[in-house]
Amino acid sequence: MKGSDHLAQGLGWFGIGLGLWKLFEAKRTTRALGLEGCESLVRLCGARDVATGIGSLTVNPKPVLWARVAGDALDLAALATALRDKHNPQRDNLQLAVAMVGATTAVDLYVAQAQTRRHGYQSGVTPDYSHRSGFPKGLEAARGAARDFETPGHMKASLPSPASSPGPRTQTGKPNSPISG
Amino acid sequence: MKALCWHGKNDIRYDTVPDPEIEHPRDAIINVSSCAICGSDLHLYDHFIPAMESGDVVGHEFMGEVMEVGSETKTLKVGDRVVVPFTISCGECDQCRRGNFSVCERSNRNKPLADKMFGHGGAGLFGYSHLTGGYAGGQAEYVRVPFADTTHIKVPSTLTDEQVLFLGDIFPTGWQAAVACDIEPTDTVAIWGAGPVGQFCVRSAVLLGAKQVIMIDNVPERLSMAEAGGAITINFDEESVLSRLQSLTQGKGPEKCIDAVGLEAHTPRSIDSVYDRVKQAMMLESDRAHVLREMIYVCRPAGVLSIPGVYGGLVDKIPVGALMNKGLTVRTGQTHVKRWTDDLLERIEEGQIDPSFVITHTADLSQGPEMYNTFRDKQDGCVKVVLKP
Ligand SMILES: NC(=O)c1ccc[n+]([C@@H]2O[C@H](COP(=O)([O-])OP(=O)(O)OC[C@H]3O[C@@H](n4cnc5c(N)ncnc54)[C@H](O)[C@@H]3O)[C@@H](O)[C@H]2O)c1
Ligand SMILES: [Zn+2]
Ligand SMILES: [Zn+2]
Repeated sequence: MKGSDHLAQGLGWFGIGLGLWKLFEAKRTTRALGLEGCESLVRLCGARDVATGIGSLTVNPKPVLWARVAGDALDLAALATALRDKHNPQRDNLQLAVAMVGATTAVDLYVAQAQTRRHGYQSGVTPDYSHRSGFPKGLEAARGAARDFETPGHMKASLPSPASSPGPRTQTGKPNSPISG
Repeated sequence: MKALCWHGKNDIRYDTVPDPEIEHPRDAIINVSSCAICGSDLHLYDHFIPAMESGDVVGHEFMGEVMEVGSETKTLKVGDRVVVPFTISCGECDQCRRGNFSVCERSNRNKPLADKMFGHGGAGLFGYSHLTGGYAGGQAEYVRVPFADTTHIKVPSTLTDEQVLFLGDIFPTGWQAAVACDIEPTDTVAIWGAGPVGQFCVRSAVLLGAKQVIMIDNVPERLSMAEAGGAITINFDEESVLSRLQSLTQGKGPEKCIDAVGLEAHTPRSIDSVYDRVKQAMMLESDRAHVLREMIYVCRPAGVLSIPGVYGGLVDKIPVGALMNKGLTVRTGQTHVKRWTDDLLERIEEGQIDPSFVITHTADLSQGPEMYNTFRDKQDGCVKVVLKP
């Protein structure tokens, strides 16, 4: 596995853990952030985190990682809105939360990009192979250079051309053939 | 020792496993200097080949130095530099004596299992499931080679690893596929799949003197490599394979067709109407035997279909009516490697061909798991990966 595969798995377990916390400890979360009354929103976020967490553990976590990035953006927007409330008693905690979500967003973005490259079919730079003939003496010299090679008898075409296999094609035309007598 | 081990779909790991030991007097232990990832390994990676077990050491394209020999391994001595054919052959059974090394009757120690699946199973192969003997493979530091006295190709020190490594698999595979076409100077040879095997099919068909060699794929850099080797190219994403082949052969179709794709064929994404009608008429579905069907359809009557591409089990909707009524000859099989390698080694030494042209990536064995991915997804222009333990 590549570095970003491990990171994706790490994010997966982290997401599941955090999601479960939000799901079952929504009250405590909202209290800590001074956002009492928003419990169902927090639970919804928790369910989303568990789902994307499980997705991040799969073989190709690329789409789910981008969903995580989008989720992060939503969380940041919500926290920023909450921060605008000057009377929130837990502004310090809120600021801490913004910093944490911000950091997670950065990691999510990095891993999502890395995994996009990793799972991209034909991704990366396309080098020029137009000089790789494989023939040290050049292509023209190679054409037919092995024509002396004798195809083993059992690998002959069933009906080779008269040029490479002369002779009549019918039984009766065969010299000394028992049918033509 | 360190080795690449299979643990399931998309899961190859760089593991520590026990060192191999001599188990039979005809064995040898090879210290691997170079090994490669083959298109056949991708069928394992994508888990299309049954009877793999977690922890199996993979890899069947490898070479190195003889470290230890069993008491009956007279033709080899410690220090010999050898390439190991991927098909293990005893050299003595009825099939080996005919030169049909890839269906050796004695080298597959799980033959009863293979017999159940195929009626009669083939030879033992390295690192290629328990159907083919369950032998540990060559993407490792050391390998035990069974029947080593007949399963080796000695190579001179004047040639580099990169020049001779592919004698163990893809070079003779491309060669045998072309030879099986019995190429005449008037022939058009159409080859599906511009992977490493397809690249050697192109070189072989050119050397054997085909009038036209046509390569069909949709990966631009692979097509450009084929063109460098003398092929006319068709990108199936951009044009209709059928109509282009028709126009290149005055409407008669190629005499010889080679399937170097196998069971994981992609179905073209942009299909023009002619192609669609053909598909409908033949009742095709987007199954992965796509190339096989296309070949049967386009091939000139009385032509030859040569199939080095690997198939594992069953496919459906094969247009057998076309196959029969056109009187096509079908030739296929795992490669009888040893049958061709003396001649091919001479051609390398003469400078007729240098197989190293196909290598695009070289990495440490520990990078193997990533390189499987890079090769499968054709990232960074990857055509062939060589790994150094
Ligand atoms: N017979 C033998 O002994 C033997 C030995 C080695 C490899 N093989 C087989 O040969 C096949 C090719 O091996 P490779 O190493 O070149 O693998 P690869 O996967 O690199 O190459 C396959 C190529 O086929 C192309 N392709 C997919 N669908 C296509 C389509 N519809 N039309 C045209 N091209 C298409 C892909 O883009 C790719 O470039 C595999 O099936 C492998 O198992 C057989
Ligand atoms: Zn192979
Ligand atoms: Zn045998």
